[in-house]
Amino acid sequence: MKELLIELIGAPLGTIVFQLIFAAQYTVYLSLIAFVGGGIAAVFITLARIAPYKPIRSAATGYIWLFQSTPLLMLLFLCGLGFPHLFQFQISPWTAASVALTIFTSAYLAEVWRGAIGAVETGQWEAGNALNLRYVVMLRRIVIPQAIKFGLAPTIGFLVQIIKGTSLAYIIGFQDLMLVGKRWANAPVDGSEPFVIFPIMAVLYFCLCYPLALFARQLEQKALARGQ
Amino acid sequence: MPIVSMKAVQKWYGDYHALKDLDFSVEQGERVVICGPSGSGKSTLIRCINGLETCDAGSIVVNGIELTQRSDSVAKIRSLVGMVFQQFNLFPHLSALENCTLALTEELGLTQPQADEKAMQYLDRVRIADQATKRPAQLSGGQQQRVAIARALCLEPELMLFDEPTSALDPEMISEVLETMVSLAEDGMSMICVTHELGFAREVAHRIIFMDEGALVEDRDPVGFFEHPDNPRTKKFLSKILR
Ligand SMILES: Nc1ncnc2c1ncn2[C@@H]1O[C@H](COP(=O)(O)OP(=O)(O)OP(=O)(O)O)[C@@H](O)[C@H]1O
Ligand SMILES: [Mg+2]
Repeated sequence: MKELLIELIGAPLGTIVFQLIFAAQYTVYLSLIAFVGGGIAAVFITLARIAPYKPIRSAATGYIWLFQSTPLLMLLFLCGLGFPHLFQFQISPWTAASVALTIFTSAYLAEVWRGAIGAVETGQWEAGNALNLRYVVMLRRIVIPQAIKFGLAPTIGFLVQIIKGTSLAYIIGFQDLMLVGKRWANAPVDGSEPFVIFPIMAVLYFCLCYPLALFARQLEQKALARGQ
Repeated sequence: MPIVSMKAVQKWYGDYHALKDLDFSVEQGERVVICGPSGSGKSTLIRCINGLETCDAGSIVVNGIELTQRSDSVAKIRSLVGMVFQQFNLFPHLSALENCTLALTEELGLTQPQADEKAMQYLDRVRIADQATKRPAQLSGGQQQRVAIARALCLEPELMLFDEPTSALDPEMISEVLETMVSLAEDGMSMICVTHELGFAREVAHRIIFMDEGALVEDRDPVGFFEHPDNPRTKKFLSKILR
């Protein structure tokens, strides 16, 4: 593929584009880790957030509040530089970026999903209670199936935010599209000026995000149509 | 033994006194209609019976079981009491049949075929068996409410609570729901029914209760209630509603 690109658009640019595309895969991996890890964590936080016991609810509310009000950049600094420095341990940029983005994602998704569950009419809970259904059965069979309708589009939409969010991980040395791109933009090589590199990077980010944004919009419209 | 016995029940919403020292009981097989102006506490009263609201003082005993904060007493009582809501509260993502079978398979341990068979009996009982596979949104309001009644009946309750079951319905659908309720009454079901359908009340109720400002103001047989109510507030209410 590298040869093909060089053939097509010439030597320095072909190499650069190839390296950018190659680096973009790490953007994708990191996004997936954050999304899957954060999603799993968010399931538990959401359940805690709506648990019938107040201390558990409060703890989950605190977690969401804390990490939703912390800028992602600061989470990255803390995981990649702050804590390792403070407690004298080594951490790879991979691990640090994964942890920071997972925490960030989990807090955000937990809040979205709690909202989706809250959007299910209280009459549904009441009907379930009147039928003497257990709490878990109500969640599994009544509330969650309806909440998915409200939560799916914002969840997919947030995936776009994560992909863009991963670009901040270059700050702790994570080798992704952003870091490689910046490196090229700063390199004194003809044909790698910032005004060439950054548009290419933008196109690559666009290619990653746009299909998801489109998909989220479709889901939203479907949900709207169903709501009528 | 009465099916419901409430003694000195108090309920507060914040500073609002919703039920004021209420004594109320219903015998086995008895049918009681509750009416009264909006905000008088009718819904609160019947929701206390199956623990959808918790009362702040007094005692509630259903079929010999005292309702306490303990979840096992709440569960026991709920298994004896069916409830029908003003807004139907059907599960919109499930078919009429699945609405009825959910509790049977999840909580009573019936297999799906057993549950289906039982649910179909009750859907047939409310004359809607032919719509069993439809979702609530595909049914008319009257049909939805009949499914909701079938859903409650599937659990074979000793007592049915109705909270304004026809208030959300278009006029032409009210009678089909009332007919269903009359036929339940004919089978001897104990019922507590909040409604302003006074024709229905006259026909099926053993007692009619008028509530106002969180208290039972009038508690009479239907003839007495309509012909010579004791309380001036009842008279005023009746003159408004019978006009
Ligand atoms: N969850 C609540 N929180 C605060 N106040 C409440 C709550 N539920 C009911 N109330 C208040 O308690 C009073 C009695 O309410 P309730 O629903 O029992 O009245 P109702 O007789 O059923 O009226 P309606 O005919 O409008 O249904 C009303 O003034 C209402 O505003
Ligand atoms: Mg009411």
